[in-house]
Amino acid sequence: MSWWPEYQNIFTQVQVQGAPEMGMDNENQIARERTEKTTFSALVGVLGNAQLGPIYLGGFGVVSLVTGTLWLNIIGFNMLSQVGWSIPEFIRQLFWLALEPPSPEYGLRMPPLNDGGWFMIASFLLLVSVLSWWARSYSLAQQHKMGKHVAWAFGAAIWLFLVLGLFRPILMGSWSEMVPYGIFPHLDWTTAFSIRYGNLYYNPFHALSIVFLYGSVLLFAMHGATILAVTRYGGDRELEQIYDRGTASERAGLFWRWTMGFNATMEGIHRWAWWFAVLTPITGGIGILLTGTVVDNWFIWAQEHYFAPTYLEPYGYEVYVPEAN
Amino acid sequence: MFPKWFNDWNNKNPTDIYGPAILVGTLGGALFVAAMVASYGQPFNDDFTQTGPRGTGMQIAALTVSTDPSIADYYTEEPYPRDEGEPLAGEVYENVQVLGGVTDGNFNRLMNAMTNWVSPDEGCLYCHVETADGDINYASDDNYTKVVSRRMIQMTQYINEEWSDHVNANAEVGVNCYTCHRGQAVPSDIWFRIDPVVRDMEGWGGVQNRATPLSQFTSLPSDALYQYLFQTEPINVHDLESRVGDRPSDEGVATWQDTERTYSLMNYFSNSLGVNCVFCHNSRAFYDPSQYTPQWSTASLGILMVQDLNIDYLDPLGPVYPPERLGPVYADAPKAACKTCHKGYNKPMQGLNVIADWPELASSEPPVYE
Repeated sequence: MSWWPEYQNIFTQVQVQGAPEMGMDNENQIARERTEKTTFSALVGVLGNAQLGPIYLGGFGVVSLVTGTLWLNIIGFNMLSQVGWSIPEFIRQLFWLALEPPSPEYGLRMPPLNDGGWFMIASFLLLVSVLSWWARSYSLAQQHKMGKHVAWAFGAAIWLFLVLGLFRPILMGSWSEMVPYGIFPHLDWTTAFSIRYGNLYYNPFHALSIVFLYGSVLLFAMHGATILAVTRYGGDRELEQIYDRGTASERAGLFWRWTMGFNATMEGIHRWAWWFAVLTPITGGIGILLTGTVVDNWFIWAQEHYFAPTYLEPYGYEVYVPEAN
Repeated sequence: MFPKWFNDWNNKNPTDIYGPAILVGTLGGALFVAAMVASYGQPFNDDFTQTGPRGTGMQIAALTVSTDPSIADYYTEEPYPRDEGEPLAGEVYENVQVLGGVTDGNFNRLMNAMTNWVSPDEGCLYCHVETADGDINYASDDNYTKVVSRRMIQMTQYINEEWSDHVNANAEVGVNCYTCHRGQAVPSDIWFRIDPVVRDMEGWGGVQNRATPLSQFTSLPSDALYQYLFQTEPINVHDLESRVGDRPSDEGVATWQDTERTYSLMNYFSNSLGVNCVFCHNSRAFYDPSQYTPQWSTASLGILMVQDLNIDYLDPLGPVYPPERLGPVYADAPKAACKTCHKGYNKPMQGLNVIADWPELASSEPPVYE
């Protein structure tokens, strides 16, 4: 069948395997802690590059993996103990199970192990793990003499993580404000948090965060589509197009300018995407940090600031369905 | 990516896979759509009932989508006029403590109805004691069921008399034995205290994150009915000013954990009445009295009524029951809540008037028969 070009497929159709690409070394000795073995996987090659490794782990990576594994295992063993060490029950109830934060009465003190103590230990390990991974992303970029864009973007997510798990609980004076570790329970927390503080949809920073989140999705789809659409003119070689604009960039820019009167540039679209992405957790984190510390009821706050509309029509189905009476 | 023999074989045996693939995809897609429509309802359904201002999403799915099947089995009979010189039950029978002022004929009419409503299969002997010679000793209180029945008659009278604002909120509906029992000796949808539900955990970690009937099979707390409808803990969680400045560790301050428990109760409410949040609330501001529907007031009275019944009538019966009727964890007496009467409908028995024919149950005062 030739009515559809086979290369136009999300999976790589043709794989070429040769001598493994081992990467470079430089005066920063970035090869020193890199593993020496590589393998090839046809399956991995379907999705991306078929070469697996070498990997650089480094001191930060080891610390991060060890503490992260401990965090996960503390949660897992707490859940196992909650179901009487039964593996089938653990699997059956996995989405319901959780390691909950301390009860509110302990404030910022260390609670007993079975009422949030394990949660505090696990959370400390997660903090070390996440910050180590950030340090790893920073130092690896430094050794490669790259910009630190990835580290700062990750830092934006860590800001939200720290607001939820460290800054806000301290300002509220209770570790009980942290988020449970569990599939459904962390969603319960999200709902309850919004309801308790009078509906988070009326928190303007929550609104901004949603704008940037959905905006990120939209920009990602527009950019991906645009580049795929001009690949036939070499548009997929974005770096070349940035410093030597060709017909691909011209057509892509013209397409959007004629569509919506404005177009980004081949370089600028990546800054648009980066800022939309990092502003999602930055604005969201501000919104969470203000909740319960500065504003206790966002709906009333929104009414005070003429942000929530008032409706004058009556309530109750009797008014709208006379035959119901 | 495939082995060479596989590709070679394929090259030698060209097959049109697109035809079958399109066929399977079409059939599979149709099956998927059919399954979605069957389980979620057809997507163009616009049969909704508006419950508030337009543009606020205040609408619920049609109030009556199916008929409560137990209505068909409902037995009722109008009261008999009092015959000249007809004696009262208290004058004819021994040990009639509650219904002594009812005329003989109507007393037996009610006893017959109660048998129909509560123990249609077991008959009179479900409550009354059979003597050695095969007769029935109607006066005996040896059967615990008779003692419970007496208290339940008093409770029914109390509900109709004192909680009329709830049970007759829209029109005269009232309650009788059948409202809860529906032909079963033990009503469906009763509840017992079961928390803590999680082993090895204390505090909030011990009472939630387990799929139980009391959590409506969510991971929300399983102690909502016990804490709110028996211990009468405050259900409200909101601050009524934009800034209050209370701390979660302070006594009496509602936390997000309390909010989850309230949410659990509200889930129970929703499932018990077959409605969603906007039947009573505008969900943008759950607490705001100016955005409640009239149903909120009826429901709030219902909460107070259930607390009252659980504390004064149902829980004190604990010592009367045999062990198999008591709760699995605390051996507590069975308790009631919304679903015990409502059974998933916003009006129990879908608004059928069950008290007009039964003045004996409408008041603790003996009725006057015309």
